[in-house]
Amino acid sequence: MPVSAIWVLCEPTSSGVTTTSLELLAAARTLATRVEVVSWGPSTAANAEVLGAHGAATVHDVGDVHGRLPGVPVAAAMAALVQRAGAPDAILVPTSYDGRDVAARLSVRLDRPVLTNVTGLTDEGGALVSEHPVFGGSLTVRARFTGEPPGIFVIRAKSFAPEPAGSTAAAVAALEVPETGATGSATVDTSHAEERTGPSLDEAGVVVSGGRGLGDASAYPMIEELASLLHGAAGASRAIVDAGWVPYSHQVGQTGKTVKPDVYLAFGISGATQHLVGMKGSRAIVAVNKDRDAPIFTIADLGIVGDVHRVLPALIDLLKNR
Amino acid sequence: MAAVNVVVCVKQIPDPAAPPALEPGTHTLDRSGKLILDDSDAYGVEMALQLVDASGDGEVTLVSMAPNGETGGLRTALAMGAAKAILVSDPELKGTDALGTAKVLAAAIRSTPFDLVLAATESTDGYTGTTPVQLAELLGLPSVTFAKAVAVDGTTVRVERQTEAGYDEVTCPMPAVVTVTAGVVEPRYPSFKGIMAAKSKPVETRTVADLGLAGQVGPAGSRQEIVDVVAAEARSSGEIVEDEGDGAARIVAFLEAQKVI
Repeated sequence: MPVSAIWVLCEPTSSGVTTTSLELLAAARTLATRVEVVSWGPSTAANAEVLGAHGAATVHDVGDVHGRLPGVPVAAAMAALVQRAGAPDAILVPTSYDGRDVAARLSVRLDRPVLTNVTGLTDEGGALVSEHPVFGGSLTVRARFTGEPPGIFVIRAKSFAPEPAGSTAAAVAALEVPETGATGSATVDTSHAEERTGPSLDEAGVVVSGGRGLGDASAYPMIEELASLLHGAAGASRAIVDAGWVPYSHQVGQTGKTVKPDVYLAFGISGATQHLVGMKGSRAIVAVNKDRDAPIFTIADLGIVGDVHRVLPALIDLLKNR
Repeated sequence: MAAVNVVVCVKQIPDPAAPPALEPGTHTLDRSGKLILDDSDAYGVEMALQLVDASGDGEVTLVSMAPNGETGGLRTALAMGAAKAILVSDPELKGTDALGTAKVLAAAIRSTPFDLVLAATESTDGYTGTTPVQLAELLGLPSVTFAKAVAVDGTTVRVERQTEAGYDEVTCPMPAVVTVTAGVVEPRYPSFKGIMAAKSKPVETRTVADLGLAGQVGPAGSRQEIVDVVAAEARSSGEIVEDEGDGAARIVAFLEAQKVI
């Protein structure tokens, strides 16, 4: 028996939905005969065409959350929909700030477990089996739910390729938010956008990352300069984010962003398993590290055993003079 | 200012510096060795201590769960300055998932008065990242995740919450659950005096039966199973060379071959 229905949580952006949402739709479409979307924000109806093109039959529109954090109202509305319309086989949620909030709240409201850090989904005899990389991606744990549906899967970015299917616009159905009491009382007063030049980490063709081997925070601007010269984005290991050298938004790894650029350059990064999970899908990897035994060299296409303080300025000079 | 009582959820995990292993039968992470305080939790403990200090009154209570009676990691956090700890310890807890963990922590927390619950955004060993918000829902509380700054203002907590684009200023009435990102504060090192004092601080132990959660924890409660564990497609290493002053030139040649410059 094939999987019959999958719901996908699609996160709105200022101009549409996130790429990860479309990646999840691509996965849902290949697995289920019917795909429905739950989304929120003031302009969900405007996304009906793109969501339909990516395989959604219906979009359940939670609407504007009026300054509240979306986790509570969206999960409450989804739980009410499950009660009313019946449970789908699975609910796919993107790994993101708000996605994890929704999945966690929904898990309690429906009393269903969650499987997180999913990087693959297959249908095995009508049951969904999820893939989870462990130990830096050297092993894959495959898991499945054994209880009543829906299974809630929280899926990492770039696990699937987004692809339009050419279908018609999705039908839009308003989805009411039930009373949420104290749980829904966190509100956003002001949003701040950090200044960013060049492409975002998720979308850059080249990512240049720095780690503890840079020595101290004053060396990080060289990473940014090189990223800029290569029209790429600057990333960081968890170690230097924890140390406060750069903001969390730069972090590549299990806790941070998953990147799959054409070329990933790692400077002074040893390659802890937590970092490798976030970048080993890159097409080509260049690593510079003074320790020949650093794990990063086991996956690098070009590894330079040397001092980042010599290689990095020399590389910047060569590129500037081209 | 009014007293602020903070509960911090902490996890004792296998030393991340040691090579990890899966248990042969269950394919779950082998946690049988010595356990230490998850580094990610040190930020929550430090934040809690600072919030209590700023209010001038109140205390920090640790809540943790373990299949055995391990307290090593709790003693580290007590040595930093937490007043006491509640440890839910029971062999039945082995194999408990994130939702089961949240149920255990919620039941343990209900017995202690608090204004704020702090936790890490995710643990270093399991990194599920849902337990704190599941806990909030079970307790009927609001939550703010991914905090990069936290301040208490009367009966409200103000949080700078990390977003895709930057950060949001979020306000939330207390009691509430807040998860903090690493680097939010600089965790203190326990002093010798702190370490000595920690030895006599109270660690209250509860069992699953004490909390009325029999049957809701362990592998049965998790309602999920590991099908198998397979080797991932290996990514082999390429050319590894010593820098003889030509490292930068080699990288430029590589970038040209990859057609990114």
